Amino acid sequence: MQDNTITPDDHIEVKNTTCYMCACRCGIRVTLKNGEVRYIQGNPEHPLNKGVLCAKGASGIMKQYSPARLTKPLLRKKEADRGDSNFEEISWDEAFSILETRLTKIRETDPKKFCLFTGRDQMQALTGLFAKQFGTPNYAAHGGFCSVNMAAGMIYTIGGSFWEFGGPDLDRSKLFIMIGTAEDHHSNPMKIALSKFKRSGGRFISINPVRTGYSAIADDWVPIRPGTDGALMLALINEIIRLGLYDREFLINYTNSAELVNIDQASNTEGLFVRSNETFEEGCYDPQNKLWWDRHTNTEVPTRTPGADPYLLGEFETSNSIPVKPAFQLLVDRVKEFTPAWAAEITGIPEETIKQLAHEMGITARDQKIELPIPWTDTWGKEHDSVTGNPVSFHAMRGIAAHSNGFHTIRALSILMTLLGTIDRPGGFRHKAPFPRPIPPCAKTPKGPEGVQPNTPLAGMPLGWPAEPNDLFIDEENNPVRIDKAFSWEFPLSVHGLMHNVITNAWRGDPYKIDTLLIFMANMAWNSSMNTSEIRKMLNDKDENGEYKIPFIAVCDAFQSETTAFADLVLPDTTYLERHDVMSMLDRPISEFDGPVDSVRIPVLPPTGECKPFQEVLIELGGRLKLPKFVDEAGNPKYRNYPDFITNYETEPGSGIGFLAGWRGKGGEKFMRGEPNPQQWEMYEKNNCVFHYELPRSYQYMRNFNQGYLEWARHHRLTRYAEPITIHVYSEILQKFRLAAQGKLPGKQPPNHLRARVETFFDPLPFYHVPLETELTDTHKYPLNAITQRPMAMYHSWDSQNAWLRQIHTHNYLHVNPKTARASEINDGDWIWVESMHGKVRCMCRYSEAVEPGTVWTWNAIGKAGGAWNLDKNANESQKGFLLNHLIAEELPRTGNGPHLSNSDPVTGQAGWYDVKVQIYKAGDDEPEETWPQFDGPKQSIPGVKPRKRKWLSYFAGKGENK
Amino acid sequence: MTQLALVIDLNVCVGCHACVISCKEWNTSGNAGSLSDLHPYGKDPTGTFFNRVQTFEVGEFPKTETVHFPKSCLHCEDPPCVPVCPTGASYKREEDGIVLVDYDKCIGCKYCSWSCPYGARELDEKQKVMKKCTLCVDRIYDEALPESERKPACVMSCPPAARLFGDIHDPESDVSIAIREAGGYQLMPEWGTQPANHYLPRRKTRMTIHQDELVRADNPLNKEHYAEPEFDDPSLDDVTSW
Repeated sequence: MQDNTITPDDHIEVKNTTCYMCACRCGIRVTLKNGEVRYIQGNPEHPLNKGVLCAKGASGIMKQYSPARLTKPLLRKKEADRGDSNFEEISWDEAFSILETRLTKIRETDPKKFCLFTGRDQMQALTGLFAKQFGTPNYAAHGGFCSVNMAAGMIYTIGGSFWEFGGPDLDRSKLFIMIGTAEDHHSNPMKIALSKFKRSGGRFISINPVRTGYSAIADDWVPIRPGTDGALMLALINEIIRLGLYDREFLINYTNSAELVNIDQASNTEGLFVRSNETFEEGCYDPQNKLWWDRHTNTEVPTRTPGADPYLLGEFETSNSIPVKPAFQLLVDRVKEFTPAWAAEITGIPEETIKQLAHEMGITARDQKIELPIPWTDTWGKEHDSVTGNPVSFHAMRGIAAHSNGFHTIRALSILMTLLGTIDRPGGFRHKAPFPRPIPPCAKTPKGPEGVQPNTPLAGMPLGWPAEPNDLFIDEENNPVRIDKAFSWEFPLSVHGLMHNVITNAWRGDPYKIDTLLIFMANMAWNSSMNTSEIRKMLNDKDENGEYKIPFIAVCDAFQSETTAFADLVLPDTTYLERHDVMSMLDRPISEFDGPVDSVRIPVLPPTGECKPFQEVLIELGGRLKLPKFVDEAGNPKYRNYPDFITNYETEPGSGIGFLAGWRGKGGEKFMRGEPNPQQWEMYEKNNCVFHYELPRSYQYMRNFNQGYLEWARHHRLTRYAEPITIHVYSEILQKFRLAAQGKLPGKQPPNHLRARVETFFDPLPFYHVPLETELTDTHKYPLNAITQRPMAMYHSWDSQNAWLRQIHTHNYLHVNPKTARASEINDGDWIWVESMHGKVRCMCRYSEAVEPGTVWTWNAIGKAGGAWNLDKNANESQKGFLLNHLIAEELPRTGNGPHLSNSDPVTGQAGWYDVKVQIYKAGDDEPEETWPQFDGPKQSIPGVKPRKRKWLSYFAGKGENK
Repeated sequence: MTQLALVIDLNVCVGCHACVISCKEWNTSGNAGSLSDLHPYGKDPTGTFFNRVQTFEVGEFPKTETVHFPKSCLHCEDPPCVPVCPTGASYKREEDGIVLVDYDKCIGCKYCSWSCPYGARELDEKQKVMKKCTLCVDRIYDEALPESERKPACVMSCPPAARLFGDIHDPESDVSIAIREAGGYQLMPEWGTQPANHYLPRRKTRMTIHQDELVRADNPLNKEHYAEPEFDDPSLDDVTSW
């Protein structure tokens, strides 16, 4: 039987582009019938998804034709309140003119009063460039409330991290441990890899309070109490060291484990490495001027002295009478108390299970060593005949990151991976270009308010990687320069910013008042904010003069969301099928283990209505505001549009570095670096929208120390230095902040009220502490942990308007272990209250044996505000679905007149989503069977938003009903 | 005689619903479409799907297994839905064993769905005809498609490749080998329907550790005994004469 739905009159087109139904960025092939989407399939020639596609990807049709689409620029009616969705339609000219007038004035006076914050936009290279050119430091994407602990904890330790920048090599691994991972980080690549791994006999262990999704197919599930992962990691380190199951050779050659640390408590350089007299040029790299204690000569020697074999353990005195210990000895001293028995009490995992985990990791790593016949040369010029690896791999995500103790947990995980000798080796963790990078990476913010000047680009990056206290972005009184207080003493290493505090801080005017907040693709009036009910009030709050405390809010989004309701100006974005995009090496590309990969989106459909891609908005605004990189010498707009910008923009004139790495040079003959190529887009289009450079095999491993790779990376300007990236088992960077807090380091020092905090949390070695909010909670009253995750078939808030996906998850339950529920006389399906010290939510209970009894959990962002996303007022999402965010505070309970501190990791500012403690109890028989709190939807139709198909939807492509 | 079927590997299915939506997406605009959705943006939305994933738990905490179980028409070799059909709309193809519904003959009487022990049939509530999985019969023989894509949409999309497709009567086919070697089983064989679709069970990989693997001569801790005595340190030589 053939497809008899196609007649000779039908016009069929097939176009490749890149998916955007989540952040995975799979290659897709879109079939159009008479200009309507007939079929979206995975592109079989794409390196990321190899032809497969998930439920989200396949439902792109329902996103494209969603009745929640915004199609016209909108201005809030003068008499309307924010939140009412009471808009009038305006033209793009008016919209641009409003922004131009407002932003020109801000830029002439105080550029930091303009704040640009974005969701998971995949265009941070452009949005960041715009902010920098504007001159505002107040820019970040969603990383601060997503998984910055994962990025910072790993990058400050091994120079790379999970997901875009690295991951488990499941092709060659034998034992895989997944910790705290929801089901979309990563999506298709993880599913493909897990299946191949299991089918080739690999053993898969999942450590997670909940058994769903990926954990369902684990050979063993190890339930753990949320927020205690750090204790588990430390106990695993303890047991592995106790039994000698670590990779000594790897630790000595490639980490700072054997390097000697000054342990003289009276010294101002206590805790820093003792250095040789050799001098090195200042630069963004780790000079090789540390010392070992040699076993053969029993003296201090420069690291890597030929013939030397350093001690990892012991205590010595240098020739200058400095008492020293190898860093590894300090780690051993640290973890001595952290036994499996100790961790069992904290984590709820039996001591024997913890030991078994450590033994399996250690023995697999030691006894199943891989040797590949790939010669390579290390950065010290030593030639190796083969690449070896220890086939134990890990993957972890927000489950361990989104706690206020997450940074140190992830440091501990990174150290565990290092002890097993698994960094960028076959079967272990593998980097993806442009990582590894120096520890820390080189980008820096300005160091003070002088970096922000009227009509001038920011004197640094809005986000950076502090290497020492003097890199902090604060004024002379230690006040933050950024609205979110990133890079201040409260959150010194907040490398992704703290988007979750922007609205609260701007509303309070702490550290200052702002003028305009531009939000792109982030649902800050709903699931992307903590303390959602209060945040919504802040967005609508006025001062004594009747003026909004946040004077102007512009929102760019493709859909009518809870957040667009609060906008003064709404800019209708396109969908991913209607625009150009780049997954750039300057941002977070889709590289593979074997080399750099970047990719593009090319429109398969024209924009709907008056939708305009946000990229085009920025290019247009950049020209109107005359931001230097967006205009020529005469001050005229330099780029016709976004595709023109992508083709011709270079980081500096003649640098040859642009947003896309493939087909550079005049004829497309170069890659990574080369002159702009006018045909670049066409070349991507001809090549499945993806550029993939496979490195020579000898450059694919050990990249922290691989001379060939590092020189290749330097040549192609992925990095400026080809110096080795020594793994920081011991973090001297953290110790420098501690010394500053102790008053021992000249330069910037924390204010007195933060000295103890910085001294405690900037520990050069990982430690476990009870999450900050838990410590301030009455845990007798609120004994349960409450966590959320996202289902595989639904991505955040984006797809409740998707007719097919919402049938899979129409509303959410609170999943409770039956033992826990019965103790509160709650039956399966009952309406219950879940309450934290910050608030309460009414929802439905679902019994589950797949959750540890001290934890309750739900799917995030299935619950919606009434009428949002153009759903009916009585849609399940708003009547039965609920949002746990109402129970989670964006700030810690205030002590006395102390500062307002974010509910975040004190090192990185990572939002502590999963630190909340709750109680549950049955709702009264007289209470309505609907979720609480309830929010009113729009009272009037929104110009440009289509009426919904009410009763029936029978989608059939090509009939012309959806053009 | 050919019997086409799906073999679904529960050992790697993570319950992502890719099969559910890719099926809906292909079929709503294909020969079997459209697949209607009732209240698509309202209360209790419910639509026609040929394939659904059910998730259930087995065992008590902490010995809990979570099972994702995709289910569609099993294309029984002796399909009870066929003889009960009063109009002959339900039929089983001789050439490949696919069970299909001829919408033109279907009167929506639901006898077939009552007779199906697996609950695989769904009445399209708008069109009032019975609908079910066709094994993408409009894809698998379509010579306009590349040969690698002449497969059901759910098989093409499945990220962990948990869905195998082929002829279970051919002993050399991938599906027959999988059934034979990985313990493939039928649902409720006691009904005598001989469902063509099979499932592969969960399999566990475990590791056995021997005590002597924890104590070995090459233990790197042995390299850390650094306190070699100095030559002049006291020894028995100084104090005994034997």
